[in-house]
This record gives sequence, structure tokens and C-alpha cells, in this order.
Amino acid sequence: MKMILREKQSTARNFGLVAIAVLITYAISAGLIRWAGGNPLAAFRLMLISPLQSTFGIGEVILSATPILFTGIAVALAFRAGYWNIGAEGQFLMGAVFATFIALNLGDLPGFVILPVIMVSAAIGGALWGVVPAILRVRYGIDEVVTTLLLNPCAALLVSGLLNGPWRNPETAFPETLRFPEQTDLPIMIPGTRIHIGFGIGLIVLVICWFVVARTATGLRLRAVGSNLKAAEASGVDVKRVLFGAALSSAAIAGLAGGLEVTGVQHQLTDGISPGFGYTGVIIATLAGLTFPGVLAVALLFADLTVGSFTASRVLQIPSSVGDVVQALLLVSVVALLVFRRYKIVLSREAKE
Amino acid sequence: MITGLFDVLGATLRVGTPLAFASSGELISERAGVLNLGIEGTMYAGAFVGIAMAASTGSLSMGLLAAIVAGLVAGLLMSFLTVTLGVNQHVVGLGMTLALIAICETANRIMFTEGSGQVRVDPWQPMYQDLGAPWSQYWLTYFAFLILIPTLWIVINKTGIGLKISAVGENPEAADAAGISVARVRYGAVTFGAALMAVGGAFITLAFIGSFTIDIIAGRGWVALALVIFARWRVGGMLVGILIFSFVYAAQNRLRLIPELSEVPYEILLALPYVAVIVGLVISGRKMRYPGAYLKPYRRT
Repeated sequence: MKMILREKQSTARNFGLVAIAVLITYAISAGLIRWAGGNPLAAFRLMLISPLQSTFGIGEVILSATPILFTGIAVALAFRAGYWNIGAEGQFLMGAVFATFIALNLGDLPGFVILPVIMVSAAIGGALWGVVPAILRVRYGIDEVVTTLLLNPCAALLVSGLLNGPWRNPETAFPETLRFPEQTDLPIMIPGTRIHIGFGIGLIVLVICWFVVARTATGLRLRAVGSNLKAAEASGVDVKRVLFGAALSSAAIAGLAGGLEVTGVQHQLTDGISPGFGYTGVIIATLAGLTFPGVLAVALLFADLTVGSFTASRVLQIPSSVGDVVQALLLVSVVALLVFRRYKIVLSREAKE
Repeated sequence: MITGLFDVLGATLRVGTPLAFASSGELISERAGVLNLGIEGTMYAGAFVGIAMAASTGSLSMGLLAAIVAGLVAGLLMSFLTVTLGVNQHVVGLGMTLALIAICETANRIMFTEGSGQVRVDPWQPMYQDLGAPWSQYWLTYFAFLILIPTLWIVINKTGIGLKISAVGENPEAADAAGISVARVRYGAVTFGAALMAVGGAFITLAFIGSFTIDIIAGRGWVALALVIFARWRVGGMLVGILIFSFVYAAQNRLRLIPELSEVPYEILLALPYVAVIVGLVISGRKMRYPGAYLKPYRRT
């Protein structure tokens, strides 16, 4: 068996491949749902459609989409430059930590002063967590995959250390901070829902990233480095600067998401602040083909799935983790099948001819 | 004092056992040029499948066997994706981890949420209990440190198989030209490595703890990964790394009982292997040499 480059790509084939990936994902998760005693079609209807049938549901979907929209953008931006930042999880947590520090210590300032300070420090927190792997990559050529990844459990340990130590709630003695002062609550964007202005900021960040990458000279350099580093270097692009800039912007965006999540939703820092938003960001960016409009679409789809899987879990008594199964399987099967966009398999006997 | 030290040494080897299996698996895989980020999920699958099978058959050995099979399947899938299809190793590895954890978590809730809500087995007991610490250890611990790691050292450094694995990981073009099947060696290394990771996970449920919780692996896969890089892909260095980390971990558990030290956050010690890797990389800087074909799929052109 051998993989051979195809002469040409076709849109119809690409759609077909994605359809097969969806079918594989459906087949495996349907098996799990049936095993749990649920009807797969009913479960998928609840997971995908039921959240969109009420204003409340749509509000919850947009709320859940907010953090993963940011991490998706962060990962897509770095990946476009060929910088494999899989540390969005840790950067998100550090953003939350920095935001918490400001909220707990300067929380009595008026809202219009404190909120910008919180957001800027969250972005700085994320960027600081991303700076060491970026320096190692740019100065010493040390691969960033492992360094960014290993900083994720580190950040989680730091959060848990802070929550079990200095920030432990003195009233309940639980490993969680006190509720932040109310001036630090992000304003609600749409009255009657829990959607906070973080989603609006996410859309602005999305448009800025899209514009910079698609329409500016900086974006051209970034894409050049991402598609062929050697060629970009040969044509005079300052590769190190591009990589470093992409790495830090990516980390800052992930950090900002952490700050918005603590101030917009939780209003305190807890151990469960991120159920893996950074890793979900990697899935989203990849499934979006590293395009920014795609990131928005996939983030909304995943949020729909997350909200829906809780409904399905309640109604059909199936585990809500089925939603995570669908997301992860979709990633693996789409990534696997999209190889056939460019390659075809031939048996080795034919290949020799 | 001496008893205390013996206790800590005994605990060191117990803590180090899952890492010994998982790091060995990762080392073989990476030596052949494939970074397997499925490690955390593969350990998770080994832990879950092992105890699920042991609980339903009543046999711990059947549980271990099932864990090995789960590891082999995960490894074969990872090989197919990274070797045959040549997809991004880090994206698909992370995807494997997330998928395996989500599937096992779902299966756990389906199979074992009735009653106590937790699956339990009578775990393996340490051998030579009458000799006391540090000799009182599980058979898998003896196996890991007396058989697995020495064998791994010999195979990697002294045999043709080890040479082939390194050749394929360093320079697949040259290995191919020399008549080595790059695909076959990588399939073998990744699949066998994944089976070891699964055994590392199964040790936790079938010997160490005897039950399964959602957070059972708790980042041990990432620690194992960190130790392999800390050791620069050498078996000896890996063993030293495992022993240092496990000793610190075991000692901190004991030191926390001393009132003056109970204020030191133990999270700092848990973060040690990660920090050590990053600091090590900063110090070695440019001299750090990865396997030549790290992260690179190989296609004959």
C-alpha cells in the first residue's frame, strides 16, 4: 500500500470526505448512545437542535461559544504561522489567574477603570505563559509542541496551588476564591440572557485577526512563514519576528479568554475554570481549516453540542460526555480523511508500474 | 529515621511504576520518530479497560490482558494515522488522548454508575510483605525496574532492532535505502509503545488503587513525556528522571505530615518534572538534539 499525490483536487471529493468523517463519528457515538440505552437519532436531535429552539437555549449556546471562540482563534493564528502552540489551555488559565489577582486586589475601583485593566492583564498573563516556548523556538530552534504542552499541567498546578493556599475561600474553606466585587462583573450584552460582552470582544478579535492575516503585509509574511519557512526566509522575511509575534499574540488571545471567563461567568476562580477549553481550541482551529470564519462556525457548533449534550443527558439518561466523544472523534476522523484530498492510496503492485 | 527512609524508597518505586511503563513506551515511539501525544489517553484507556475487564471476569490477569489489547489497538490506530496517512502527529495525538478519555469516561458512566457509582476490584497485593519496605512491592513494579527497563536498555543500545529503530527515527531516507522498512519499524515501535503505556495505566487501577475515578491518570502521561525529553531519549537518563521525580513525590507526601512544612504547597513539587524539562531545554539551548525525523512523516518520493 502506498500514498500517491493526486493530480488535482476536487470540491465534490472534499465534501464527500467530510461526509464520511461525519458518518464515522456518528456511527461510533451512536453505538455508545445505544449502549447507554438511548435512541441515537433522538439523542442527536436533542444535542444539535433542541438548544436552538428557545431564546434561553440560544443564549446558553453563545455563552458557551465565547471561551472556545477565543481559544480557537488563538490556535488558528499560531498554526497559520506554523507555530504549533498547543498551550492555549495553560495560557487561558494564566489569563484567569492574572484577572483574578486584579479583581481581588483592585476590585473597589469603578467598573470602567477596572474592567480594561483586568482584560489587559489577562492578555499579559497569557502572553507571559507563552513567552518561554516562543523564545526557545526562535532563539534555539527547540520544537514548541512539547514545551507549550507541558506548560498546561504546570498552569493547572499553579491554579490549584493558589486556590489551596493564599486564595482559599476563608468563608467556606473550599479551594475557590471569594466572589469578586460586583464592579468586575462583565456587562451583559443582551438583556435577559447570560451573554456578556466577552462574545462581542471575541467577534472583534476574530475580525481583526482575519483582516490582519488576509489583508495586510504582516499577514502575508505570516502566511508565507507558515506555508514554507525556508522560502520565506530566503525571500527576506524576518522569520523569527513573525514566529515570535504570532506566538505571543496567540497566547495573549487565549489569556484574554481566561480573564473574560472568570469575570463574565464564574465571578470567582475555581479549579474547574477550564474543562479543557484550550484543547477544544486545537480541535476547533483544525476542523475550521485554520480559517477565521470557520473558527466562528465550529465554535458555535461545538457550543450547541455542549449545551445540547446536557439536555440529552437529562432527558435520555445518557452520559453528557457523549458530546466530548463526538468532538474528539470528529477531529480524528476529519484529519485522517482530509489526507485523501491530496493523496490517494494505491496497492504497491500498481505503484511500481 | 531509617524506617522512614525505607518507606519513602518503597513509595518511590510504587509511584515510579506507571511512569516506568509509560516513559518506556514513549521513548521507543519517539526513538522511531513518532511523538505519541496519545500517551495520556492510552494510559487512561489501559486503566479503565483493565479494571472493567477485571471487574466483570473476576480476574486481574484478564484485566491486564485486556488493557494490553486496548493499548495495542490505540497504538495501531496511531500508527495508521501517523505512519500510513502521515497526518500531523501532535494534532492527531492530542485528538487520540481526548477521544480515548471521552470514550472511557462515557463507558464508565454507562457500566458502573449504578450502586456505589465506582468500579472496584481486589487489587494485586505487594510481594514480600514480610520483608517490609522497600522490598514489599507489586510484581509489576519488580517487572518494570528489574526486567523492562534493563531489557529496553539492551534492546535500544546493543541490538539490531534498537539500531533499526534509531535509524528510522534519525534518517528514514537512509534507513529505507539500507533496506529497512520504515513503516514496519514505526508501526512496531508505536504499537508496542502504546501497549506499555496502557500497562502503566492498568497498574494504577489493578494494583495501586483498585478502583477507577474520572481523574485517575491526572497528568502522569504528560510527566512520562516530560521525563523522556528530560532524558534526551536515553534509557539511563529516563530511569534517573523517574527515580528523582518519584522520590520527590514520595518524600513530599511524608514531609507534609511535619507541621512546619505543611504550608509549602505540594503543587510546586508536582510541577517539578515540567519545570525541569523547560529549564533543561533553556540550559542546553542549541546543543539539544532531537531525533532527526522527529514529527516528520516519511513518504517515499
